[in-house]
Amino acid sequence: MALLQVRDLSVRFVRKQEPTVSAVDGVSFDVQAGRTVGLVGESGCGKSVTSLAIMGLLPGRGTEVSGSVRLDGDELLRLPRRELDRRRGRDMSMVFQDPLTSLNPVVPIGVQISEVMERHRGMSRRVARGEAAKLLERVGIPDPGRRLKEYSHQLSGGMRQRALIAMALACEPRVLVADEPTTALDVTIQAQILNLLRELVAETGTALIMITHDLGVVAGTCDEVNVLYAGRIVESAERHELFAGPRHPYTAGLMASVPRLDTPRGNRLAPISGSVEDNIPWEDGCAFSPRCSRALPRCSERTPEIEPIEAGRWLRCHNPIEEHARNTERPHD
Amino acid sequence: MVPGTQRGKRIDELAESGSDGSAGISLAASAWRRLRRSPTFLLGAGIIAAFVLLALVSPLLAQHDPALRLLEDQVSRADNSIPEPQGDFPLGGDQYGRPLLSRLLLGSQQTLLVALTATVLGLGGGLTLGILAGAFGGWVDTVVMRVVDVLLSVPSLLLAVSIGALFQQQSRFTVIIAVATVQIPIFGRLLRGTMLAQRASDHVLAARALGVKQRSVVFRHMLPNALGPVVVQATLMLAVAIIDAAALSFLGLGAADTSTPEWGQMLGSAQNFFDTHPHLAFWPAGCIIVVALGFTLVGESLRDALDPKKRR
Repeated sequence: MALLQVRDLSVRFVRKQEPTVSAVDGVSFDVQAGRTVGLVGESGCGKSVTSLAIMGLLPGRGTEVSGSVRLDGDELLRLPRRELDRRRGRDMSMVFQDPLTSLNPVVPIGVQISEVMERHRGMSRRVARGEAAKLLERVGIPDPGRRLKEYSHQLSGGMRQRALIAMALACEPRVLVADEPTTALDVTIQAQILNLLRELVAETGTALIMITHDLGVVAGTCDEVNVLYAGRIVESAERHELFAGPRHPYTAGLMASVPRLDTPRGNRLAPISGSVEDNIPWEDGCAFSPRCSRALPRCSERTPEIEPIEAGRWLRCHNPIEEHARNTERPHD
Repeated sequence: MVPGTQRGKRIDELAESGSDGSAGISLAASAWRRLRRSPTFLLGAGIIAAFVLLALVSPLLAQHDPALRLLEDQVSRADNSIPEPQGDFPLGGDQYGRPLLSRLLLGSQQTLLVALTATVLGLGGGLTLGILAGAFGGWVDTVVMRVVDVLLSVPSLLLAVSIGALFQQQSRFTVIIAVATVQIPIFGRLLRGTMLAQRASDHVLAARALGVKQRSVVFRHMLPNALGPVVVQATLMLAVAIIDAAALSFLGLGAADTSTPEWGQMLGSAQNFFDTHPHLAFWPAGCIIVVALGFTLVGESLRDALDPKKRR
């Protein structure tokens, strides 16, 4: 059985006098130990809400979470708060998007790192400080003894994200959720941070859920990829399979809109037309159909179901891209 | 300024911030670095320092016992005369013939005591309410904030007067309680707002994602970040407390026993002599204004210094 099992996870935001918003709708996926699974999609597709729901971090009021999230068979969604607090940071951790705002500005980072170890590993403050220095060294921060006493505003962006990763990995969690961990960093630092995450996953056997809108990040880190659109998974595949031949028009569109080194100069990028606002509700048909170049009349009449098309590959589309037509969607071909 | 010197200065600053890198620079430390160069702060701090020093050494400075009617023989109800400045009495006497300068000097003690105690009590109460509401949210927040709203809906001086009037016997203590009660909802509401902002902040979410205990989330990750505006407000509230306490004394809700001098009460008892002897009101009123100004200046410059956007 998979280490982390997400089944039919749905999150709805219920507001008085406002229509209920369905942010995540029936999302299911597995994560094996030592593997990296990507959740990919554009802003507002439900990736972050999915990760917060897995961590149990969604606000209680006005939020309805249903489905199941099992870590090693234990249901997480119905854990009492105290038990959840005991597990977060120890069994599962999270790295956030903006390393500047995710660190407490008035507490030295050493205190923030050792706090986690004091809490979950029962270390004394002194032992925890020593461990914190080792952790900083391991995530590649030079002169850790000095850095421990510093505040977040004294670190560079890359160092902050390394410090956050150190905090998340302090107790060697079995699942790590990384929510756009490199979005706020410049590209060279991005590459360093991704390398670091890859190494740590390989060393510790931690299962990594990588949330991103960046297909480059997916290509560089993920073993499996789930593409989300408007709260539902539209395509799910092994990374190589997906990049070799996307079957869903949305996935293909995402790939076509990434600039590539081998695209001839002067060629325009091929964006996906329209915006999320053009979506139709999933209940009426395919939410992507108003923006889809391959839309058929039935796409806006009948909701496509997610179906297995081959081993390890799932698709939600009435008119998928044919397998033999691989790569023809590229703009420069 | 020559561009070069400006750059040189900036480099000096950089060097300064880099050289003490062995220990981190906390928010307080970086705020202090900016405060030291702010003329507003220096002026305000100078006034407060002088005021506190005065309160401490006034027993040595005052030449006469403020309770003794040393110049009583020069007071006459009939022709409304009050002792003029003379030899040992540079400001003359008040309407009972008590030495005005000595009363003014010693009055600083009571004024400082009342303002400080009332603000500490108000801050304590406000912090408790704000932490409760901001940390727990939900129905706790609703209940606490409705109480605060009721208190805030009454004009503050009216509230203070009503509370002062609740006590059978007026004293310094009742003034302190009244002024503190007025401050509690102000501090409470302010802290609740900043605590709620912290609750929704990324670093609190990150702390919760790491399973940090609720107590630590509130007291280590939320409260210290939420305190900045409260510290500023507390400084400004010291000025308000001085004025409120003076107003209560002026309205006759201060200590019934006037032998221990207090500026507000001196101002109050001078109101019958405004037209004939304005100096009786001028001196205590002037002291109140200057001291209140001092606290306000410090509060304003603190607000600027603690602004995280200006942090280097």
